[in-house]
Amino acid sequence: MAEPILQVRALRTHFFADEGAVRAVDGVSFDLYAGRTLGIVGESGCGKSVTTRSILRIVDRPGRIVSGSVLLRRPNGTVEDLTTLPTDGTVMRQIRGGEIGLVFQEPMSSLSAYHTIGNQLQEAILLHDPIGKKAARAKAIDLLAMVGIPRPSQRVDAYSFELSGGLRQRVMIAMALAAEPRILIADEPTTALDVTTQAQILDLIRRLQQERDLAVMLITHDMGVIAETADDVVVMYLGKEVEKGPVDAIFHAPRHPYTQSLLRSIPSVLAAPRSRLATIAGSIPHPFARPQGCPFHPRCPDRKPVCETNAPHEVMIGEQHATACHLYAA
Amino acid sequence: MTRILDVRALRKNFPIRSGVLGRVTGQVRAVDDVSFGIDAGETLSLVGESGCGKTTTSRCILRAIAPSGGQIIFRTEAGAEVDVAQLAPKQLRPLRRQMQMIFQDPFSSLNPRMTIAEIIGEPLLVNGMRDPAERTRRVMELLDLVQLPSAYLNRFPHAFSGGQRQRIGIARALALNPSLIVADEPVSALDVSVQAQIVNLMLDLQDRLGLAYLFVAHDLSVVKHISHRVAVMYVGRIVEIAPTAALFDAPRHPYTEALLSAVPVPDPRRRAQRIVLEGDVADPSNPPSGCHFHPRCRYATDACRTETPALTEIAPNHQVRCLRAKELSLQGVAAV
Repeated sequence: MAEPILQVRALRTHFFADEGAVRAVDGVSFDLYAGRTLGIVGESGCGKSVTTRSILRIVDRPGRIVSGSVLLRRPNGTVEDLTTLPTDGTVMRQIRGGEIGLVFQEPMSSLSAYHTIGNQLQEAILLHDPIGKKAARAKAIDLLAMVGIPRPSQRVDAYSFELSGGLRQRVMIAMALAAEPRILIADEPTTALDVTTQAQILDLIRRLQQERDLAVMLITHDMGVIAETADDVVVMYLGKEVEKGPVDAIFHAPRHPYTQSLLRSIPSVLAAPRSRLATIAGSIPHPFARPQGCPFHPRCPDRKPVCETNAPHEVMIGEQHATACHLYAA
Repeated sequence: MTRILDVRALRKNFPIRSGVLGRVTGQVRAVDDVSFGIDAGETLSLVGESGCGKTTTSRCILRAIAPSGGQIIFRTEAGAEVDVAQLAPKQLRPLRRQMQMIFQDPFSSLNPRMTIAEIIGEPLLVNGMRDPAERTRRVMELLDLVQLPSAYLNRFPHAFSGGQRQRIGIARALALNPSLIVADEPVSALDVSVQAQIVNLMLDLQDRLGLAYLFVAHDLSVVKHISHRVAVMYVGRIVEIAPTAALFDAPRHPYTEALLSAVPVPDPRRRAQRIVLEGDVADPSNPPSGCHFHPRCRYATDACRTETPALTEIAPNHQVRCLRAKELSLQGVAAV
């Protein structure tokens, strides 16, 4: 495989509140490659969104990256550790939106209601490439056409509230790609959309990835979306990566009890009508009441005494396939 | 089986007002000639994309809003059949006890200033159970029914997780022994691992108490796990209604086929050619002529543009609203 574009190494982002520290991201490592999709999946509170915010250095206070590195290969070949850069500095601002494009979940609240679509797209274009207003408008129209918006030369003057949810998400994707980034991070890009619109948007991301050899990082809670789009998968639980590997191994040979239980508990259109679902006991602990040892142990069907006291280390259990679980400890 | 609810030709129009005088310049036909029935102990799911009218339909049945036309025949405990659509607010009161609702968002549907005992006990109090000891006994019974420890009685909602709050909402809905429960997206705000617990709980409660569910949802996977029958809506109309297995395995309407095909299957080996629908859902204030689905339908003919298909029975218990239903052979989920 080629060199990775982005390497995240042992990233830890904690939030320091009066009640104590929340270890929102607690030791996450993965690589992004051009032309490949990395899926990050987990339930609420697993740290998947804080991971993206840490990469882009937009973690809100009282959150802070406490250790680890985010190594980005720049177009000129040098490698930059984003965790060492000032968050507001020129380099970080070039990278954010320039080399790494971002698509959020809520297309309604991420677009301004006071400016036209074209206006916002032009801003994104001119920020990274001062080509002049006229050329920027032409490029905005091209971008809208590229993401499959009908009548782009008219829609460029529309406001976000005049568009449907699916079209708004297309505009967001156009904006993320305005500066021709090599990495696209999509944080729950289809969660607010209907299933037929979701299929359209996932198709669009796939097509654009092929055309531009993009490295895509897709964050979602939906195992179906992961199965559909990802090449590699990281499964997270309470800030830890519990298992990672190629998509086929994750779905057909999952090794961590959490991944196994999660896959069993998802409803499927292929199931028998009115069949009961397998459940995971209990619920996700409150961030301040994080269990000792392995964070999953109170809910784990295969728990051993050691799980209550010691956090497991990650071990390789196959080609590119790793898990952090005492069942597989050497 | 006793039919507990019979909805006949239900309509709900919302006026579009414009200008300074607010004159009515058009109508949004949110629900347009919707008919279906639910038996005691049965789950019927209403599915469709946002804006298809599924929530409006459920709100009409509960008379949270007044329907513009049609009948909603509800069979009361006493065995009488009443048309909910026609009743005055005062006459509705005794019926409200028998039809209850479970809401989507467990965070905003519980009053943060009331304890669990007060939240679940309120419907009892309102309906005349004045004795506090008796009320507490019933609340404990209900907590047990939804598998929450009775020690939680005096806690406030903020102390509970999303799944636990949804259990509290279910206990409140069950307090008055209803025969019909309308559940509008009851699990869509929950995490997957918790979603499974609530779906199972709803299945158990139905078996134990003989409840009928009208389940409104957009997630077809969840619908498969909970329904006896499924009705698919598109722009205010039911386009197909059938037993769950028939609808998923052998859909007869092109919209159902496309909807099923769009659901991501949690298996990377089944990435298949999907039917990706072009365009967006039609605008219900200005729906396309003929069959509302024709602009997005890959099987549409000239007749579909002009002729409005009627909901017709194509197999036992299987109705479809498509001119070409008899000749088309469509793919279900098994074929994906």
